Amino acid sequence: MTNVALRDYGQMTDGRGVRSAPRPLPASAVRALSLLGLLGFWWGLAWIKADPMVLPGPQIVLPRMSAEAASGALWLHLGATLWRVAQAFVAAMSLGLILGILMGLLPRLNRWLDPWLVFFLNLPALVVIVLCFLWIGLNETAAIVAVAINKIPLVTVMMREGARALNGQLADMAQVFGMSRMGRLRHILLPQLAPHLASTARSGLSLIWKIVLVVEFLGRGQGVGFKIHLHFQMFDVGMVMVYALSFIVVMLAIETLILQPLERRARRWRDA
Amino acid sequence: MSLNVAIRDKSFGSTPVLRDLVFHVARGEVLAVLGPSGVGKSTLLRLIAGLDTDFEGQIRREGRLAMVFQEPTLMPWRSALDNLRLTTGVDAAQAEAALGRVGLAGKGALFPGQLSLGQQRRLSLARAYAARPDILLLDEPFVSLDDALVADMLALTESVIAEQRPATVFVTHSRPEADRLATRQMILGPVLADPCLLSGKHI
Repeated sequence: MTNVALRDYGQMTDGRGVRSAPRPLPASAVRALSLLGLLGFWWGLAWIKADPMVLPGPQIVLPRMSAEAASGALWLHLGATLWRVAQAFVAAMSLGLILGILMGLLPRLNRWLDPWLVFFLNLPALVVIVLCFLWIGLNETAAIVAVAINKIPLVTVMMREGARALNGQLADMAQVFGMSRMGRLRHILLPQLAPHLASTARSGLSLIWKIVLVVEFLGRGQGVGFKIHLHFQMFDVGMVMVYALSFIVVMLAIETLILQPLERRARRWRDA
Repeated sequence: MSLNVAIRDKSFGSTPVLRDLVFHVARGEVLAVLGPSGVGKSTLLRLIAGLDTDFEGQIRREGRLAMVFQEPTLMPWRSALDNLRLTTGVDAAQAEAALGRVGLAGKGALFPGQLSLGQQRRLSLARAYAARPDILLLDEPFVSLDDALVADMLALTESVIAEQRPATVFVTHSRPEADRLATRQMILGPVLADPCLLSGKHI
């Protein structure tokens, strides 16, 4: 066995320099090309359909998008939606994080709260939204609460998994050496939860903005969801796409400019 | 600065593990705790470390505590230097000195995953050294190492203990290791049904 492995290894080293492996494209180039491909796919579909009332192509939608941006309306509604997303995101992440860690670390609490978790996990988003509007009123608070209630159970489940996988030996070490509470939180607990936090944040953000849209669709006078509702009633597919696309671009930017660098920083020790 | 242990009873459920165990470790002394596996050596160390407080009796620790675990037990997401600084509170210069003391000079910026197993063990020892402990607990720190590494680590541990002279409790199942490091040895035996029999005897 050892001989075979050694010979393989030898061939590998011999091959280096002789065989020039194709250099893979940088990740950012792949990303840009892939998105261009999507644009091409859309353009192709619109070309086949050949009816801009039903499916306008990018050559129609993109100029309307820039017109809407120039008029300022796009920014107003994007901003309103983004602000709701941010508030609901912070509320859901912090509450879910605390609940999840507590449930992961305290089996007795978990036994009591787990049925609630299952209940809220299976409560349809639409029901929560309608009930919040009915109970709290057609206002901003109801919108944020509805979105947060939808998301908290999911964050809790993922953080509970993270808390259950915590390393007991490291906790012992921290206690023996008398690390401070703050030190344990920053250097022992959070680094272990970081991968769970990152994936929760990512899935959380995309889910939250979709729910925010439903909330706006049903009962807000501003925001991407409101505009989509408006143009849906006027059967203006182009404007529906303008607003949907704009927000997807915003989410892509958040992903590339905020989430990915944060995750890279947290993962530095693994790649070193 | 010393360690006083008086355990009347430590049980897991209805299974007695340690009973009527009384001893004292003074500064500079190294007490080796020997005995077959499963007899409660690690449990004893957890009690002394304060990691388990569910027992009858009293343990008095005076001064700073440090421990070397069976596994290196390092924070993989912090550099070697930070592993010393964040746990023991020493400044960068002292941490660097502790690294140098165990032969890891210049490796401070590396993450534990970039160190070999032997170097990780040294880092774990450097952490205990940097803490300047009054009480040092060693939980089979040389188990599952190859002979060369054991000899290496033994010599290093011996010189560190000689330099700082903490009250040391050294749990091991290896008689030669105990003979090398310990000033006293204690053999733990299983707790018998008859409570008159001592579970620990001094030799």
